[in-house]
Amino acid sequence: MHIVVCIKQVPDSSQIRVHPVTNTIMRQGVPAIVNPYDLFALEEALRLKDVYGAHVTVLCMGPPQAEAALRKAISFGADDAVLVTDRAFAGSDTLATSFALASTIAQINKNMAIDLVFCGKQTIDGDTAQVGPGIAKRLDLQLLTYVSQVETVDTERRDIIVQRRAEGGVQVLKTRLPCLITMLEGTNEMRFATQAGIFRAARHPVKIWDKTAAGIEDPAKIGLKGSPTVVSKVFAPKPKTIKAELITCESDTPKDLAVTLIAKLLTQNPNLETAIGKGAR
Amino acid sequence: MREKFDAIVVGAGPAGNAAAYTMASAGMSVLQIERGETPGSKNVQGAILYADALERIIPDFRDEAPLERYLIEQRFWMLSDDAYVGSTYRSEAFNRPPYNRYTIVRAQFDKWFSKKVQEAGGLVICETTVRELMFDGDRVAGVRTDREGGAIYADLVVLADGVNSTLAVKAGFHPELKPKDVALAVKETLFLAPEVIEQRFNLKGEEGVAIEMGGNITQGMVGTGFLYTNRETLTIGVGCLLSDFAQQKIPPYVLLEQMKTHPAIRPLLEGTELKEYVAHLIPEGGYNAIPKLYGNGWMIVGDSAGLVNSVHREGSNLAMTSGRLAGETVIELRAAGKALNTANLALYKRKMDESFVMKDLKKYRRLPDVLHKNPQFFTAYPELLNGAMHQIVSVDGTDKKSKEREVRRSFGQRRGLFGLMGDAFKLWRAFE
Repeated sequence: MHIVVCIKQVPDSSQIRVHPVTNTIMRQGVPAIVNPYDLFALEEALRLKDVYGAHVTVLCMGPPQAEAALRKAISFGADDAVLVTDRAFAGSDTLATSFALASTIAQINKNMAIDLVFCGKQTIDGDTAQVGPGIAKRLDLQLLTYVSQVETVDTERRDIIVQRRAEGGVQVLKTRLPCLITMLEGTNEMRFATQAGIFRAARHPVKIWDKTAAGIEDPAKIGLKGSPTVVSKVFAPKPKTIKAELITCESDTPKDLAVTLIAKLLTQNPNLETAIGKGAR
Repeated sequence: MREKFDAIVVGAGPAGNAAAYTMASAGMSVLQIERGETPGSKNVQGAILYADALERIIPDFRDEAPLERYLIEQRFWMLSDDAYVGSTYRSEAFNRPPYNRYTIVRAQFDKWFSKKVQEAGGLVICETTVRELMFDGDRVAGVRTDREGGAIYADLVVLADGVNSTLAVKAGFHPELKPKDVALAVKETLFLAPEVIEQRFNLKGEEGVAIEMGGNITQGMVGTGFLYTNRETLTIGVGCLLSDFAQQKIPPYVLLEQMKTHPAIRPLLEGTELKEYVAHLIPEGGYNAIPKLYGNGWMIVGDSAGLVNSVHREGSNLAMTSGRLAGETVIELRAAGKALNTANLALYKRKMDESFVMKDLKKYRRLPDVLHKNPQFFTAYPELLNGAMHQIVSVDGTDKKSKEREVRRSFGQRRGLFGLMGDAFKLWRAFE
């Protein structure tokens, strides 16, 4: 079984700051991490490798420094890594990104036929959840989104059974291979890399592909040219601050506390009383 | 597979990087193990880079290292509660390359330094904690990490694991740090537009200023404060002996907050935005607290060995120099076909003794003790000096002779004649 896991390197959003003058994101000094959602995809792929045996290839599109994200994936147990990087990709939106990744996956497929493609549910810096489905559509793969667990994979019968989180419950779905899965967060826990894994990651030759190696012929489909999405404005919303208020109550019986609180709420929102009255009637 | 290297360096700070770079450049197989997510992610300093120490390792570092501003001005302030007396040294000589000192942002600088180690052929692995040293008899034979299959072997282990050096403590190479031998420093990085920094501190281009402070800001504790200009940030911090913090029960962040409201400091920080808050321990035990620097199959460098000159606020240059000398020691011994045992590694100590590192630390060996036992240097004198300046500068109809008498009286009253002479003697001895 050959599994491709798509990962992205993103700025650690917990440490990001907006430049006070220019309002742009200050990337300088902000550590880059593997998109946390993608780690659930990678771990699920590695679990399949543990059970069925598989060759796991991790794929990342991004600037040269994104190689670090791929090395991290190798430390956890991925077998091979491809970084597709080219100045021509700069400014790509989800349409152009899914085109570039689909083309790269098709190239990888030529060397070793792919059975499964994993993506995270979405990235933490874009939040679109469009790239995974975009790849599936372009490569004509079966698409399973919001998957919480892969139950079984049968490479003989060429089918897969997964659990998918849906509104109000869990769907158990079966589809045929090859397919693309976007993995839900919180569904598994990334393993702790072994010492051998760390050494392998440090020494592994990551494949660095430019747009030609990725099989892209039409430059109009990538980068800014291939991206109809336009960021027209970026601004930091003004933080809203509401002062906390300490409500004092002379008695500390639950009833008196409740009455004081309700009285306070009703004085602050006079309309509330009428609204509650209407509801009661 | 059994992993074996010529040398393992534990820690990717200035000392570890200097050692790893020196050894890897000589063609040794070097493994460097760092606990943080990236080299530098856990490292904290003021931070001022002293060019000389790095230049002896990477001569053309100025062309590529991420540097903030080169220092052309140094201010020393002695603060009372609402005043300061100080001195300023600013020179055009500092405005001509090659520059002597720079402000740096360690997270970026350390990443660059580590990249140089990797370019030199060193293998650097992060997010891996060395739990203990592995021994073969009394010889250090390698390290054991927190990861599955974490036994890694080497002919030599360089301990550059920082101020606490839990590895050295665990191995019995030196005792646990005492609270009186270590300072706790807290620091904030504050964003400020470069134009404003330049205007406010009278700078242009990449010029920078460093302000070192003492006095009431440490509220009677043994310690100092600082304010440095980076390209588009200021760093402000204060550090005091851990034993004093414990005794006075002042939380470090409160001390820093109060320092920031001092009338001499507050205007310099106006309009800044907090970017980062960090805290770190600094070894302040000086010469007398330095442990044994080497043994069978191991050497210890940088903060791990307590190599900090607290008088001149130097540490990273001592760290880099010790790392380089440790590296050069190994290279020499290997070239001569000698074993890396205790007797031969004594060469490292000899190199250190000949360098400014040990000479400077030895010069101030009495100081930690003097300051610890004489808090008046941090309480009475700043106030007395500021009071004296106030007398001399203000014009209020009092004749000058009476003013001088008043200044003498204030000093005599606080410290007494013998106290004053004693203090002068102690300081002279400590700085001698």
